[in-house]
Amino acid sequence: MEPIIELRGVRKSFGAEEVLRSLDLSISKDAVSVIIGRSGSGKSVLIKHIIGLIRPDQGQVLIEGQDIARLDERSMASIRRKFGMLFQGSALFDSMTVEDNVAFPLHEHTRKPRREIRDIVSAKLAAVGLKDMEHKMPAELSGGMRKRVGLARALALDPKIVLFDEPTSGLDPIMAATINELIVRTQAEFGATCVVISHDILAAMSTGHRLFMLYEGRIIAEGTPEEIQEWDDPVVQQFIHGRTQGPISIA
Amino acid sequence: MLLLLEAIFWLVRPPWRWRLFFKQMEFIGVNSLFVVALTALFTGMVLTLQTYYAFRMFAAETLVGVTVALSMARELGPVITALMVTGRAGSAMAAEIGTMRITEQVDALTVMAINPVQYLVLPRIVAGVLMLPMLTALSVFIGVVGGYLVGVNLLGIHGGLFMNNIYEYVDFNDIYHGLFKAACFGLILALVGCYKGFYTRGGAESVGRATTQSMVLSSVLILTSNYVLTALMM
Repeated sequence: MEPIIELRGVRKSFGAEEVLRSLDLSISKDAVSVIIGRSGSGKSVLIKHIIGLIRPDQGQVLIEGQDIARLDERSMASIRRKFGMLFQGSALFDSMTVEDNVAFPLHEHTRKPRREIRDIVSAKLAAVGLKDMEHKMPAELSGGMRKRVGLARALALDPKIVLFDEPTSGLDPIMAATINELIVRTQAEFGATCVVISHDILAAMSTGHRLFMLYEGRIIAEGTPEEIQEWDDPVVQQFIHGRTQGPISIA
Repeated sequence: MLLLLEAIFWLVRPPWRWRLFFKQMEFIGVNSLFVVALTALFTGMVLTLQTYYAFRMFAAETLVGVTVALSMARELGPVITALMVTGRAGSAMAAEIGTMRITEQVDALTVMAINPVQYLVLPRIVAGVLMLPMLTALSVFIGVVGGYLVGVNLLGIHGGLFMNNIYEYVDFNDIYHGLFKAACFGLILALVGCYKGFYTRGGAESVGRATTQSMVLSSVLILTSNYVLTALMM
């Protein structure tokens, strides 16, 4: 399958700390790809490269074949409309109601009439399993509800690519499973390419079509969940089994 | 400084979100009315008391009114208004934008292809520049009213002479001078508030720090630039 997102030789340092060291990554269309790795391994930095919130020091970031590494902000804006993103803390605008949050990208980027926008908003909210929540404020919602509103907002413009930054962190197991199910459904029903970053190995195994493991600034393993299970590398084995003993030093 | 240039760049570029401009104008302007009026009233009153105390020695009590009016119009009106609005609105900008920054709401705007400077910073700066002169005009008026109340009703200065000297010696230049300074202060307090909020990094603690810093930096800049502006316009 052709890659929709491709990173070639991406390097990024913050001060003296080198976070990405000549990273190569190729994500294929119409699948759920999960990037796993320890906390602080640079997963968030990686996903922010994909959407141009962080620019690489070196290397290329190709979105549908177009290099965005050195694109100006105005062209970048049109690239970003291909994306929806669910942030780790949901990043809902807390001065707006749930409805206004989901409607926000629609008001900003389309000229649809209010009625139609309201219908789209209820449809998206229904798709993530929320009903009659339109007039609540984000502060009144639980973490899991906020995540789902965040997902509804990310899906509002029917993006080609949806990015998930630690979608299940801080949720109870049932809510985490609900979110994981939504990720799979987002891909299946909306036909979007999903990129998830997570340290939740069980969730990664159950939702991902392809898994990538990020370690010390590089992708050290890539394959289907089964292939990753059998991966012949002590680092990968230590991570997926959550052992304290092994080559990964615990800082 | 760069933030200001970027904001100006976005000022001439659509889309203009009128609702956001009005919301900020309401926040900075309308919601500050009460504190500004209150502080101006008492400033005018105390100024009259002090001036009267000094001028009585030269039997120049009838000049108290014009002294108070000039001080209010040229110096105290703009400065006190700006300091009050900094405390109320400038620090709130730093806190609000800072919180949006650390909870990734600013990133969320960017990801949704909306420029956060245009969306968050520009309306606040425009509202600051427009509303400060209006608030200052109000504060000058109320300051003089306060002066009149104390001077004429309490200290027994002749009311007609009090007002007459104001008409005689305060001209429009004095008013413009004050209003121009007010617009500059509006720019300073909005820019500093937004800047400190926009570049917040870390957690709740850094939001608190950004808020305090914006308050201190704005106040210092307002007071120092006040001297420079006055010296330049003399």
